[in-house]
Amino acid sequence: MRKADIANQVCEKVGVSKTEAMELVEYVLDCMRGVLQNGEPVKIAGFGNFLVRNKGQRKGRNPRTGEEIAITPRRVVTFRASQIFKKYVNS
Amino acid sequence: MTKAHLIEMVAEKVPNLNRREAEKVVNCFFDSIRDALRNGEKTEIRGFGSFRLRIRRNKNGRNPKTGETVSVPEKRMPFFKAGKEIKELLNNKTAE
Repeated sequence: MRKADIANQVCEKVGVSKTEAMELVEYVLDCMRGVLQNGEPVKIAGFGNFLVRNKGQRKGRNPRTGEEIAITPRRVVTFRASQIFKKYVNS
Repeated sequence: MTKAHLIEMVAEKVPNLNRREAEKVVNCFFDSIRDALRNGEKTEIRGFGSFRLRIRRNKNGRNPKTGETVSVPEKRMPFFKAGKEIKELLNNKTAE
C-alpha cells in the first residue's frame, strides 16, 4: 500500500475529492514530521507511539574492510505499536 | 502530540472541514495502515517510512514463577522503519 491508496480510503470514507484526500494525507504526514523534528513524541491511541531517541557516539565497523569507524551521535525515530495494534494483526 | 492534537491541526488547516470530518480523516489514515498489515500487506509512505510485519517464531519460554516450560506461539509484530527523509530531517536540525 502506498500514499495514494491511503488517500483513496480517505476519499471514500470521508467523502472528499481525490485531490483533497491526497492533500489531507500529506498534511497529516507534515504535522507528524514537524512534531518529530522538534524532538517530541507522536502518540496515537490504538495505533502506537513514535518517539525520538538521541543516540550517542559509538564505534562501528565497515563491514567490507573491517576498519573501525566512529558512528556520529544522531536522532532516530522509533515506533512502539500499541497493545491494540499488536492484538489486531494477530486476530 | 496526541491524536486529538493532530485532528485539531487538520481541522484548522482545512477550512471547509469540520472537526468530525477531520477526525474521520485521521482515523482513516491510521486504520488503513492497520488493516493493510492485518492482511499481511506492507505500507510504504514516501518521505516518512514503511510499516511491515515481523514474524516472531514460536519458541519455548518458561513460566518465571513455576519454571515450567511453555510453548510461546508464533506471533506477528507491527514494525516501522523510518525513511531516509525523516532521518535527514531530524539530524540536519541538530547540526545547525
